[in-house]
Amino acid sequence: MSNGRDHMQAKDVQEYLSFILSDEHYALDITSVKEIRGYEKVTPIANAPAFIKGVLNLRGDIVPIIDLRIKFNIPNPTYNEFTIVIMLHVHNRVIGIVVDGVSDVVRLTEDEVRPPPDFGVIFDSRFLKGLATVDDRMIILVNIEQLISSGELGLVDKTLAKEEV
Amino acid sequence: MSIDIEQFHAVFFDESQEHLDDMEQLLMELDVEDPDLEQLNSIFRAAHSIKGGSGIFGFDALTGLTHVMENLLDKARKQTISLSVPTVDLFLETVDLLKTILDAYKTESDLPTSEIESGVAALEKALAEADGQAAPSEGVAQDEAQTESASADDDIDGFGFFDDEPEAATEAQPAPTEAASKNDDIDGFGFFDDEPAPPATAEEKAGYGFFKPLEAVNEDAKAAQEDAAKAAEKAKAKAAKTKKPAAKQAEASSIRVDTLKIDAMVNLVGELVITQSMLSMIGDEVSGAVGQKLQTAIVELQRNTREIQESAMSMRMLPVNMTFNRFPRVVRDLSSKLGKQVDLIIEGGNTEIDKSMIEKLVDPLTHLVRNSIDHGVEKPDVRKASGKLEKGTVILRAAQRGSSIVISIIDDGAGLSRERILAKATENGLPVSPDMPDSEVWLLIFQPGFSTAAEVTDVSGRGVGMDVVRRNIEAIGGRIEIESTKGYGSAFHIHLPLTLAIVDGICAAVGNQTFVIPLVNIIESLQPLPEQLKLIGNENLLWIREQYWPLIAIHEMMHVDDAIDNPTEGIVVLLESSKRRFAIQVDALLGQQQVVIKSLEQHYRKVPGISGATIMGDGRVAMILDADAIADLCRPVYEEEKAS
Repeated sequence: MSNGRDHMQAKDVQEYLSFILSDEHYALDITSVKEIRGYEKVTPIANAPAFIKGVLNLRGDIVPIIDLRIKFNIPNPTYNEFTIVIMLHVHNRVIGIVVDGVSDVVRLTEDEVRPPPDFGVIFDSRFLKGLATVDDRMIILVNIEQLISSGELGLVDKTLAKEEV
Repeated sequence: MSIDIEQFHAVFFDESQEHLDDMEQLLMELDVEDPDLEQLNSIFRAAHSIKGGSGIFGFDALTGLTHVMENLLDKARKQTISLSVPTVDLFLETVDLLKTILDAYKTESDLPTSEIESGVAALEKALAEADGQAAPSEGVAQDEAQTESASADDDIDGFGFFDDEPEAATEAQPAPTEAASKNDDIDGFGFFDDEPAPPATAEEKAGYGFFKPLEAVNEDAKAAQEDAAKAAEKAKAKAAKTKKPAAKQAEASSIRVDTLKIDAMVNLVGELVITQSMLSMIGDEVSGAVGQKLQTAIVELQRNTREIQESAMSMRMLPVNMTFNRFPRVVRDLSSKLGKQVDLIIEGGNTEIDKSMIEKLVDPLTHLVRNSIDHGVEKPDVRKASGKLEKGTVILRAAQRGSSIVISIIDDGAGLSRERILAKATENGLPVSPDMPDSEVWLLIFQPGFSTAAEVTDVSGRGVGMDVVRRNIEAIGGRIEIESTKGYGSAFHIHLPLTLAIVDGICAAVGNQTFVIPLVNIIESLQPLPEQLKLIGNENLLWIREQYWPLIAIHEMMHVDDAIDNPTEGIVVLLESSKRRFAIQVDALLGQQQVVIKSLEQHYRKVPGISGATIMGDGRVAMILDADAIADLCRPVYEEEKAS
């Protein structure tokens, strides 16, 4: 087991968590994932943009929950028992993102990742890392850190956002 | 072998800071006329510890200065020099300088070399003078050292004729040096460890140093014998007395814990409280014999968690004296600078408040105390003319009232001038009217750029102060109130929450959400009658007891759906912030509760009108309303336009 991991590291293999938004497959760096949990009711925040669903209690931390489906204008986001929240740990903050589902952990080497397209996907190309094909499925790799610290989500105060970018 | 010495630096800095604070406090308490030896010894020990520590770490500037200071202190505690006000001042200045040097080492910035040099020079000069003065009296010191009678001031007077015979002094010198070095070893308690010599020896010794005409010697020797006997007895008694508290001090054990660890624990305990209340909710659903057993266990758990919470909280609490202790010095320095006579009275210094507040209170309190002395207390001749005592009084008082701490700064000075404040406000373009109630006039001084001081001194009067004071106090969840009567003085009352980690609040329902209103801000709650409601412009006003209160609907401000829209069907809560009084409208009050404050900024950002969040018994998040921020948000537009 440990041998296998060494082997992988030697070949610059990175692990990604793939998730589904609408009918597209995305993946993000698994090292920024804190945990995955089902969606539960949150406390709304006044004067926040619609994609910020509110905050919830994650073992004593008050954590904001962002619905990426609303942020990227996917019509009719539903909340059911399959709706998933991925808790991310980015820039010393914990943030939850709502997605339609989590599918798999994929291992990709650097040469398997090809440059991202600049059109045709929900994500702004600024926040994309690249494309990869796994089992004949196209997976879009998301630079989640960039997205969260960009100020695009209004998660950080403006002055702070500048410092962190 | 390399040991990472850096890690010990922080400990040394902390300890040295404490030693310096102790020294300052002890020096302030020191009675120049009749210095308490135990205090002098404590000061000496503190200096000695700093010298030792700084020597190890190679902080030479500290070592050098403390060394000279120690020499002078050593002379003082052996009573080879008599203390005077200038000497104590010199010590205080040295303590200040040491603090500066310590800071310089801590921040790795440049050392104040020239100041250190002049500081050392001043001490050395005092030392040289002391030696000159000490030479004759050292003969006495020898006698004293031999008899080890600590409080033998009388004797010195009794033997005070060495001036004629310097030879005797020279002769006598080696002996005290010996005694001194002995004392050095035992470090402090030395004086009392040796048995007091029997009076007979004292007489013998006393006889030996005398070079007066015989008859006088006889008489004096007799007196000296009596005195020495008394002194020996006194010394014995004193030794017995002073030894006890010293032993006690050693027993009072404490450990140094990183505040982060305590914070983490307080946080976890907060979690425990929430888990416990979740459990009791589930427990209510279980019926039958198991349910009853469960209930008993849950009640037990509830009691235990409460106790754990209390003790975890108490770890963060420190006596407010930690802040108050610096003020005797501030008052002393400032009053002499301004040519005023001021008595500082400290009350309730043992009241405990949250550690993080202690640090943040220093600046606002310093400002207010300085203000009281500069603007409040009048010059002695003015006071005399208005029939007051020449010496003014400033009272610094801390007291616990319910779940808040009130710190008051009270002076018996001239009081605030209503006319001058109103004139200044008009000049600054603030909306004022001559018939404003006093309480609102006083609040004007918290406006930025507001100073009615006739002249700007380096003490106060630049008008940057009071708004900063208010902001600092609000930052720690407090508010400030002013009482003032012309000619009789002013009082500033700072209301603070007991701790920053917990807030006592009323939970209010708004639609399907819960908001927590801090209890500190609540005046009362009521259900308004339709005739009490007035609409002026776009603002809802509430007519209560001959006053109009602006009414803010929380569901509109926080965009909550399904809330009660009509104020007469909901509940109105009258709030008081340090800026203004207003009323908020909620659906219903759910009850009073202590809630653990959680930061929203840690993972999200600041939300307007909200000071933080908390977790309710069912695990859901509730927002805590920020009365000051809401007051700001609802401030009439014209004021903002004028400001910009």
